[in-house]
Amino acid sequence: MPTDEKKSEEQRMLEKMTRREYKYGFTTDIETESAPKGLNEDIIRFISTRKNEPEFMLQRRLKAFRRWEKMTEPRWAFITFPPIDYQDAIYYAAPKQKVGPESLDEVDPKLLETFDKLGIPLGEQKRLAGVAVDAVMDSISVATTFKKELEELGIIFCSMSEAIQNHQELIKKYLGSVVPPGDNYFAALNSAVFSDGSFAYIPKGVRCPMELSTYFRINAANTGQFERTLIIADEGAYVSYLEGCTAPMRDENQLHAAVVELIAHKDAEIKYSTVQNWYPGDEKGKGGIYNFVTKRGLCEGANSKISWTQVETGSAITWKYPSVILQGDNSEGEFHSVAFTNNFQQADTGTKMIHVGKNTRSRIVSKGISAGRSNNSYRGLVKVYETADNARNFSQCDSLLIGDKCGAHTFPYLEIKNKTAKVEHEATTSKIGEDQIFYLNQRGIDTENAVALVVNGYCKEVFKKLPMEFAVEAQKLLEISLEGSVG
Amino acid sequence: MLKIKNLRVAINNIEILKGINLEVKRGEIHAIMGPNGSGKSTLANVIAGREEYDILGGTVTFKGTDLLQMAPEERAHEGLFLAFQYPVEIPGVSMANFLKQAVNEIRKSRGENPLDARSFLNKMREKLQLVEMDEKLISRSVNEGFSGGEKKRNEIFQMAMLDPQLSILDETDSGLDIDALKVVANGVNKLRTKDNAFILVTHYQRLLNYIVPDMVHVLYNGKIVQSGDKDLALHLEEYGYDWVKKEKEEPATI
Repeated sequence: MPTDEKKSEEQRMLEKMTRREYKYGFTTDIETESAPKGLNEDIIRFISTRKNEPEFMLQRRLKAFRRWEKMTEPRWAFITFPPIDYQDAIYYAAPKQKVGPESLDEVDPKLLETFDKLGIPLGEQKRLAGVAVDAVMDSISVATTFKKELEELGIIFCSMSEAIQNHQELIKKYLGSVVPPGDNYFAALNSAVFSDGSFAYIPKGVRCPMELSTYFRINAANTGQFERTLIIADEGAYVSYLEGCTAPMRDENQLHAAVVELIAHKDAEIKYSTVQNWYPGDEKGKGGIYNFVTKRGLCEGANSKISWTQVETGSAITWKYPSVILQGDNSEGEFHSVAFTNNFQQADTGTKMIHVGKNTRSRIVSKGISAGRSNNSYRGLVKVYETADNARNFSQCDSLLIGDKCGAHTFPYLEIKNKTAKVEHEATTSKIGEDQIFYLNQRGIDTENAVALVVNGYCKEVFKKLPMEFAVEAQKLLEISLEGSVG
Repeated sequence: MLKIKNLRVAINNIEILKGINLEVKRGEIHAIMGPNGSGKSTLANVIAGREEYDILGGTVTFKGTDLLQMAPEERAHEGLFLAFQYPVEIPGVSMANFLKQAVNEIRKSRGENPLDARSFLNKMREKLQLVEMDEKLISRSVNEGFSGGEKKRNEIFQMAMLDPQLSILDETDSGLDIDALKVVANGVNKLRTKDNAFILVTHYQRLLNYIVPDMVHVLYNGKIVQSGDKDLALHLEEYGYDWVKKEKEEPATI
């Protein structure tokens, strides 16, 4: 019977899919210095001491920790996961090497090799043209490239640890100013235990001539990664920032709770792009990263602009809402997202656009793709305050389903308190069309490539927003993730 | 090149094709005509490999190999092309990107290297002229926002790009004004060689004023009830399908 034949074809495809290995699932065999398991004030003191932090940082951490202890883990998202034992994780792990190597010659070759394998060349001769990279493994920054070239323009691009040592005024002023420690459970946890991350400051009127990029890698087992990123664009400055991430394949779930803060002053612009490819777990839903992240930007000054672009293909659970507070008059916020889930992955992601200033504009384009038995939700808030005369928002949320065991959901929230605001929302849900696939088959393109082509077309609007090299990487990543997801 | 023997096909347990016999040789153009619902499009789709049909019996061979065992893309690799009655829109995928992949997949199946960007672009430009389409087409998304006529011309353009050995045109003429019809017909006539073949599935005789077929078959109620030369089409035009119906009406069998 033809229906049986179809099923066996689907079976074959599924088998192929489950055989697909996560390309970045290797571990680096390197000596690691770790904090003991568990979380208490001593652990926080341990982290702060290891990082040789000034007293004010320790006090901030302890305050955040005490706050966190009183909070409860939120469960409102459309995701399910077993209880997390926060005492069963390690909160600080660092590859053993000289802290803050002066040059790449001092970096452990094994670390360079790891990043090389990931396609992030840090070695002088192999640097990606025009991209400065900060590489973070487990809890510390391994290397930052192009530092000197950037310094000449007054641009500071370094690890968060270094910034805390060398740029205390900026840290005191800005760290926690957009995402305060008490903002939410995971932000509080991060504020208490964060270990490293990237810091960038672009001075007045400077257009950063190259892409700044951070590459995050979790290596050690039983370790959470809590990085902290802070980017400040002073008046009239411009920067484009890229973030990538991978992790080894492990059977247990690992927690990644990052906080990213962006501040754009008058006439400044920040573009923040993420290609998130944490280990998603295996085909049975075992293992994978819990990606519980708080990302928020503040358009502080008039005419400032912040745009988030994200391509989310990894993680067992993704829970993030990169947001923009549009405080300055005429400021602009954008959110462009592709979220792909397969097997048992869960994603609850979207954005918040908070309109405070006059003539503020925001644009949301969300493309969800669900395959396997995954669940993919868009959750977004558009809030217009009384003060935000003539605020404009346009939201477009599309969902694409591959197969019939997955789910797509949309949760839009609107809070409009100003009558002059104009808010538009469009949403579509579609299944990948058999007609489209047959059409492409008939032109000689097999089903897997046909699906990749259709999905890439569907995501094009978002990919267009990524810097060139990243767009190519994102497209490839999506193709790999799609492999065999067709039944 | 194509041999169909006693082909019987059903969809949703309803028999649509009830024993089709047809042979198409290299260099030939066959027209398959018939009233709505006679099974013309089913035949075209089954040859191209659409999955939703159940093959109840019979054989289809293409250049000596069993076509029914092949996946649709393998049939395309072997040189089979279907110009769709309703071409499908693929948002966000440019014609250039789509055709580059199609052309190179077919080349790969023949053991040829992919076309380099320049040769590919030149080929696109040349073939666009054949269907009198603007070069802007290259960067447009596949069929998205195309008018009915543009979609049909785009099918002929793709046919020209892929250089097939057997092309099936499924009602490519319907919905076209006379100018577009001439463009389509002109395209087919220019692509015609002694080595390739065409099957024109059509409801009307009109197209056959511009493309002269070697054979005309009348499909009615799932069977080819009459075959002849181009004059058969003219006869149909004059007397209509009622003539066939009257002659060939069988007692209901279902």
